Parts: sequence; structure tokens; C-alpha cells
Amino acid sequence: MAEDCILETHGLVKEFRGFVAVNGVDLKVRRGHIHALIGPNGAGKTTCFNLLTKFLEPTRGTIRFNGIDITREAPEKIARRGVVRSFQISAVFPHLTVLENLRIALQRKLGTSFHFWKSDRSLDLLNDRAMELLTSVGLEAYADMVTVEMPYGRKRALEIATTLALDPELMLLDEPTQGMGHEDVHRVMELIKQVSANRTILMVEHNMKVVAGISDTLTVLARGSVLAEGPYAEVAANPLVIEAYMGTEVTELAAPAGH
Amino acid sequence: MNRRVTVAYLVGLGLLLLAPMFIYPILVMKVLCFALFACAFNLLLGYTGLLSFGHAAFLGTAGYVTGHALKVWELPTLLGLLAGTVAAAGLGWVIGSLAIRRQGIYFAMVTLALAQMVFFFFLQAPFTGGEDGLQGVPRGTLFGLDLADDIKLYYLVVAIFAGSFWLIQRTIHSPFGQILKAIRENEPRAISLGYDVARYKLLAFVLSAGLAGLAGATKTLVFKFATLTDAHWHTSGEVVLMTLLGGMGTVFGPVVGATVIVTLQNELADKVGSLVTVIMGAIFVICVLAFRRGIVGESLALYKRVIGQKPL
Repeated sequence: MAEDCILETHGLVKEFRGFVAVNGVDLKVRRGHIHALIGPNGAGKTTCFNLLTKFLEPTRGTIRFNGIDITREAPEKIARRGVVRSFQISAVFPHLTVLENLRIALQRKLGTSFHFWKSDRSLDLLNDRAMELLTSVGLEAYADMVTVEMPYGRKRALEIATTLALDPELMLLDEPTQGMGHEDVHRVMELIKQVSANRTILMVEHNMKVVAGISDTLTVLARGSVLAEGPYAEVAANPLVIEAYMGTEVTELAAPAGH
Repeated sequence: MNRRVTVAYLVGLGLLLLAPMFIYPILVMKVLCFALFACAFNLLLGYTGLLSFGHAAFLGTAGYVTGHALKVWELPTLLGLLAGTVAAAGLGWVIGSLAIRRQGIYFAMVTLALAQMVFFFFLQAPFTGGEDGLQGVPRGTLFGLDLADDIKLYYLVVAIFAGSFWLIQRTIHSPFGQILKAIRENEPRAISLGYDVARYKLLAFVLSAGLAGLAGATKTLVFKFATLTDAHWHTSGEVVLMTLLGGMGTVFGPVVGATVIVTLQNELADKVGSLVTVIMGAIFVICVLAFRRGIVGESLALYKRVIGQKPL
């Protein structure tokens, strides 16, 4: 069964000066799945994300992507392998236009990113692909807007489009619906479902409606360790999970997020 | 957008060509050297988001190397300028490689510390003339023209400035410049999109150091000597002031800032003496408190409000 695992961690540990944020996590993400990572505040979800994308260095343990050990690789190298992440706080380039945001993601493939003597008009050939991506998230009308002027929900949509621009094999979304109104949540949910067609998605999510609605597998983290793993219905029935997490109100779970 | 910059650039160039008829050419050349220095600095601060507090090291190093090359090695003028520029870029590579490992204030402190080391090296090294400076640097000739004539040198300086300004402008609006802006705006995001940001920062640092060096080399040619003042941390502070006063992250801001500061210093030096420092300090405080976007930045914002259009 090992070959259908796109991402596998073994005994992943992260210690911060004696505080163990992630404690021996064995995570198996199956190819083509939407895999949700949930857990109470401070359970180590975002730390896990940072370890997987190497924004943090693991203290112990290994990370394998497509069977290759990537534990010691630099974050940009991992991105180039096809593991692209989003951030908890919307990650856009605020003072560039929406179209420019997309082009930043697309231009690396041109191989001219160090060419300081070339005109940026040489990037115009990316515009069609950029517009295509913007259309897929419903932002085509905002292409020339300076990103900082857009409402929050649209920035998140732009972030997803930018992540998609790299055509990642594995997308890591850190709370994609955080801070959104009901309508936007629904839209982003549809969007995630739509883009998951040819790829694998691992997401941290607080909104149980989203988790129940689109995820194939669910991993519950608590105090840095895996508490339960499986389909939503199975996990939700697990007494350990109910005790640690599900027992609280759903509204409370969806409320202000931590780590 | 770019057309307006081009028009402003051509008009400015036209004025520069006519300027020696009205203004003392040495003063304009001094302004141009510092304007180039500030533009090079702005490439790093305004477009990459890196605050270097050691840029005087590049100005000073190029000044000494060019001076030494022309005076002792008797190289032709252009090769002398090139030697200074390359030396500054090389030093930029060394200092940059060390400094970009840290961020924010730590980056600024590393550049300051290394620049101080460079300063003390020049203070002690035998070829620099210590406190007296490296004097009597010959200007030489260019294509048979004797550069000892201020007017002939003036047009060479204008050409150097115009070419460098164009290169900086091109760099800002290049595929590379786009990545620099992305790093300035959101570094973690740039990393997550697969960019090795350290290499981009380093190239920006080397370009900025090289161009700052070209400014220092040209300055040596203008004044016929290289001085310790150029490598002093005061000069590193002054270029920050010029850039902020004119408008950080704007194309013409550093030029305006350098013009104002150099002209003021020149006009006031024999009238108020050492009070100049106090006046500069006051200007800095007013700038930070009242118009943070600088002269050009505020003007553009005003223009945008009045006309309701997107500025340059």
C-alpha cells in the first residue's frame, strides 16, 4: 500500500526549548485524497504544516514525499518538487496587482527570474494562463486591482489561484476558510473540491462543516500526537475524539483559531 | 505608466545637458554622484526591502580603488572607474553574503559592523593616506578629450548617471525586479512559490553595491581625491536620509532627496558652520513625522487625489 501514499511522515518531532509541539506524528496522506488535519487550539497543526514544508526544521523523524526523503531539504526546493502551501493569514503580495500576483507564481518556469536587464514585458506571455487561473476562482474582473484593496475572501481565493499556478501535486491549505462569511466559505469549499480533481490536498481546517463536507480522510491531533485517523463518520464516533474535541460545540470549534 | 517616467527622464536629461550654462558644473556633478548613490541604495531599500546601514563602504572602497588605479597604476580613466565599481561589487558580494543571513534590524547591524571594519581598514592602510585622503588623482583623458576640463568631465558624468539610472529603472521593471518586489511584500510566500530568496537578495545587494561604487569612483574623478568621509558611517546615514526625504520606493525620489541635501549642505556650509548637522537632523525628523512618503511620494499621492488617477 506504500505506493499510494504521496506523503508519509515517520516519528515526526518538533521541540521548542523543551516544549514538545509535535510529538511523534506518523501521518500518511493518500494520493488523490482530500485529507483534513483537525484538533483543538495548540494541537500542533500549523507546526506540522511548517515541518512538512520545511519552514521549520524537525527535531527528529522523517518526511517522505513520493517515497523520497525530503527531511533535510530547503523549503523552496520542496515547493519545486510540487508541495505548495498556503498560509493561515492570507499570503498575497499586497501592493502588486492581482494579475502580477499570479505572474510571480508562473514566471519561475520561464527561467528568466534573475534577468535584471530584460523588460518585464517579456512576462506578458504569461497573461493568458494567469487570466485562466483567475477565471477559475472567479476573479477575472479584478485582474488590474491592487491586491490590498480586495476584500478578505477574494484574497484567499487569489491565494488559492496562485498556489494552483504551480500545478502542485500536493497542496497544503492552512485554514482556507478562516475568517470568511458563510457565502465565501461555501465558494471556497466548492473551489477546493473542484481543484482536488488531479491532486492531493492536505488542509488544516476548523470549520467542521467544511471538514465533513469535502474531506476523504481526517486526522485528529491533540497535544502534538495523532489521536485518531479515518473517514469523518468513523472519527466522529471515536470516544477518544469525542472526549478530547468533539464534545465541545461545533460553533466553538469554528470560532477564532489558534495554531 | 512607464511613458510618464520616460518623459520625465528625457526632460531631466535635457535640463542636465543645459545645466552647466547656469550652475557651477562641479556642484551638479556632486549632486549626480550622490543621486546615483541614493538610487543604488533605493534599489535595495525601496524595491527589495533591505535596509543596509553600511553603504558608505561601497562608495568609499570604489573611491580609493579608482584613485589608486588612476594615480599609482596609471590606468586609463574608464578602466579606473571600472576597477572601483568591480571592487565595490566584490565587497558587496562578501558583505551581502554575510548580512542576508539575518533579517530586519539585524541585517542593518551586520552591514554597519562590516562597513566599520572597512572604514578602519582604510584609516590604517598605507595607500589611502589616512586622514589626509588620497590626493592628486589625475582625471586622465577619454577618446582624446582632456577631462581636466570641467565641462568635458561634466558630460561624462551625465552619461554615467543617465546610463546607471536607466539600468536601475530596467532592473526594477524586469522579471528579476518582480521577484524582488515579491520578496519585499511577502518573503515566506515567495519561498513557498519555490524562489530561493537568498540568491535574489544577494544579486540585488551586489548590483546595489556595484552602482554605489560607480558613484564613489565617479566622485573621485570629479574631486581628484578620495576621502575617508566617503567610507564613514555618517555617509551611510546620509544616503538613508536622502532616500527617505525624496521618497523611498519611487523612481525619482532618491534623485530629489540627494539634490536637496547636497544643495543645502553646499549653501549652508559657509553660513552656519557645524549647525548644518542640526538642520539635517531637523529635516529628518520633520520628514519622518510629517511626510513619510517623502517629497516625491507625497507629491504623487497628492496628484492621485486631485486627478483621481494612478500615479507613476
